[in-house]
Amino acid sequence: MDLFSSISLGFSVALDPFNILYCFVGVLLGTLVGVLPGIGPTATIAMLLPITFSLNAETALIMLAGIYYGAQYGGSTTAILINLPGESSAAVTAIDGYQMARQGRAGPALAAAAIGSFFAGSVATFLLAAFAPPLARAALNFGAPEYFSLIVLGLLVSIALAHGSILKALGMIVLGLLLGMVGQDIYTGTPRFTFGLRELFGGLNFVAVAVGVFGVAEILRNLENEHEREVGVKAVKNLWLTRDDIRRIIMPVLRGTGLGSILGILPGGGHILSAFASYSAEKRLSKNPEEFGKGAIEGVAGPESANNAAAQTSFIPLMTLGIPAHPVMALMIGAFILQGITPGPNVINEQPALFWGIIASMWIGNLLLVILNLPLVGLWVKMLSIPYRVLFPAIVLFACIGTFSINQNVYDIYAIAFFGIVGYLLIRFGCEPAPLLLGFVLGPLLEEHLRRAMIISRGDPMIFIERPISATLLAMALAAVIVAVLPSIRRKRAEVFVEED
Amino acid sequence: MKTILKTLAFGLAAGSSLVSVAAMAQDYPTQPVTIVVPFSAGGPTDTVTRLVAAAMSEELGQQVVVQNVGGAGGTLGAGQVAAAPNDGYTLLLHHIGMSTAPALYASLPYAPMEDFAPIGLVTEVPMTIVARKDFEPASLEDLIAYIKENGENITYANAGIGAASQLCGMLFMDALDTKMTEVPYQGTGPAMTDLLGGQIDMMCDQTTNTTSQIQAGEIKAYAVTTPSRIAVLPDVPTMAEGGVENFELAIWHGLYAPAGTDPAIIDRLSQALQAALADETVGNSFAELGTYPVPADLATPAALAEKLEGQIGLWAEVIAAAGVSAQ
Repeated sequence: MDLFSSISLGFSVALDPFNILYCFVGVLLGTLVGVLPGIGPTATIAMLLPITFSLNAETALIMLAGIYYGAQYGGSTTAILINLPGESSAAVTAIDGYQMARQGRAGPALAAAAIGSFFAGSVATFLLAAFAPPLARAALNFGAPEYFSLIVLGLLVSIALAHGSILKALGMIVLGLLLGMVGQDIYTGTPRFTFGLRELFGGLNFVAVAVGVFGVAEILRNLENEHEREVGVKAVKNLWLTRDDIRRIIMPVLRGTGLGSILGILPGGGHILSAFASYSAEKRLSKNPEEFGKGAIEGVAGPESANNAAAQTSFIPLMTLGIPAHPVMALMIGAFILQGITPGPNVINEQPALFWGIIASMWIGNLLLVILNLPLVGLWVKMLSIPYRVLFPAIVLFACIGTFSINQNVYDIYAIAFFGIVGYLLIRFGCEPAPLLLGFVLGPLLEEHLRRAMIISRGDPMIFIERPISATLLAMALAAVIVAVLPSIRRKRAEVFVEED
Repeated sequence: MKTILKTLAFGLAAGSSLVSVAAMAQDYPTQPVTIVVPFSAGGPTDTVTRLVAAAMSEELGQQVVVQNVGGAGGTLGAGQVAAAPNDGYTLLLHHIGMSTAPALYASLPYAPMEDFAPIGLVTEVPMTIVARKDFEPASLEDLIAYIKENGENITYANAGIGAASQLCGMLFMDALDTKMTEVPYQGTGPAMTDLLGGQIDMMCDQTTNTTSQIQAGEIKAYAVTTPSRIAVLPDVPTMAEGGVENFELAIWHGLYAPAGTDPAIIDRLSQALQAALADETVGNSFAELGTYPVPADLATPAALAEKLEGQIGLWAEVIAAAGVSAQ
């Protein structure tokens, strides 16, 4: 079947009024759970799985997919408005998005995120339609050594996430790496830093840590001077992008889309890197890197595009090979199975209406999202005028409910409180939480792939250099270090980074 | 959103229903029943549970809610149910890990035999010995010779300490009296990815995970671990056919209530389980996964108690011999 007839088959499924309705329900629910801190798509999809029994397979999966990419849209909203990222990718959006909101530019930040996400989602869906099977094959060439080298590259270039002292940024990354080690060692089962608590065997929960160091810490900081309300006090200047804003976001959106599309295909954690990678790239390429961390719109548009592109392309390994790229995709596999379809390489041939229907529904879903979200920008911004005494307890409450609902583990709530205090202390000491989260997210992956590569090579480190993709990535990482160390560039860098101490 | 809050409310209600202990057993169930799955959503045990829970809902005339309490190899969720009120509204669906945990963990927050009231067996999922599609050996006999010759040069993927895939590997290496290089993964999903990509040589996993890849020719299947061949993979021989005797392994799943639950309630649940397993939709869905519901005489408290006791003894020996521990 050629691409054109496949896509028209897909649209005939996706444009069925009933399916459009459920697509809308999915993206609406996704947006809502994305907006509510803590309650993520994983918990939502898990709860809705039983309801999908009564629907037919296409409708059920269209709705569940909608929840997933809808949440990517919604997640940026709280990150921008109240510095509360619900997922790793939104943590990057919070850096500049929240600063924009503090300057009264929440509207343009939300609009840039929505438009970037829409563009990226559409392009990535096209890639999914046109090249899914060969792309998935190519991604299988990534084994443990390649992932290790990719993460090394990611960590080295991401020092750019910091906009204060480099030393403090490195310190935060190391602290994040250490926090990431909490839990059972997957190779030997030895518990590390668990203090004998079985609840910590699975490690610290990302959402709990992120909600703590970003959201709760920010609330504590705001409570310091209660009378001077900061969140959103500045008169909201305008809700829409200026001509200058549009000019500034075009390239970041394009680059973010490219990076996100590529990294999203990798099943071993590539999607996590996409937003971080895009932010680093934009900061490097910007003529005014000093604006980053202080409300640069590029720092919102790029990562948001990257994460939405990755959200779409992460369906590629699922739909063509039947392998999940992350927990939400694992749930989608469960949803396929509940519908009596075993996900795997055969789905595209045996269930063409389902396969192409889901892809076509993504276009429609992205369109629905942008129609849904742009008018909501005004509404979200108004939310900032809710009095503190109502807003703050509500945020903390929703964050706790959401985090608890993931694993029903009360220690996750303790973790929110603990990391809220840690995050507040970090703000006081002038350290930034973003590099900490980066270390926390990538540390366990770094260790896992390093040790797996060494087990496979039977202890021979040459495996990282003998394999061409790995060698190339390491060479790029080395180049990044050399560029950073070159004296002339170091001077320029000094101007860029030492603005705060 | 409303639905989510409602579900949360149900969860809270089911968890804190000390009040309802006094409720009459003959009225049971008067509120939603929660089945705890001690693994994350989307995995094979979760899928099995959701299929059974949906059919049991119809049978009991009450919503049966599935709750995932993952972590610590399933011991966290099991511990939570052991400590839950024994009113029949909080149940546990656990697999073979129920019998291996005492040998793997130095201290457990519960005793599998004492702290639970068995309701019945649910399914016994066969396992398959699989390899990357360009792996040299052509048949099970070739494979055994190849492993004996190459030993530690062969990489064998598993899903971590205590996982079904690791238990299978342990038994397999024990049967051949050879060691391979074990490569642990965080779950069988990533392990399958690396097997598809040819990054590792071999794996042993439940048919729920491997059937579709085998049928599509993406991986090679050498053997099934059941006494006879299975319907969805008629061309794959049993271990005995390849000359490996006494190698039988199925990932059995059982449904439990906390100890001390009213026997009348246990009976009611056991009947509902038998009815669910006889349901055509459940049977068909299980078949898609490469497994089958157990016959009605095994979906009983006595059958599960016997299975659990026998398996605890078996795994204590195997795990001690292999020198594996999760702590």
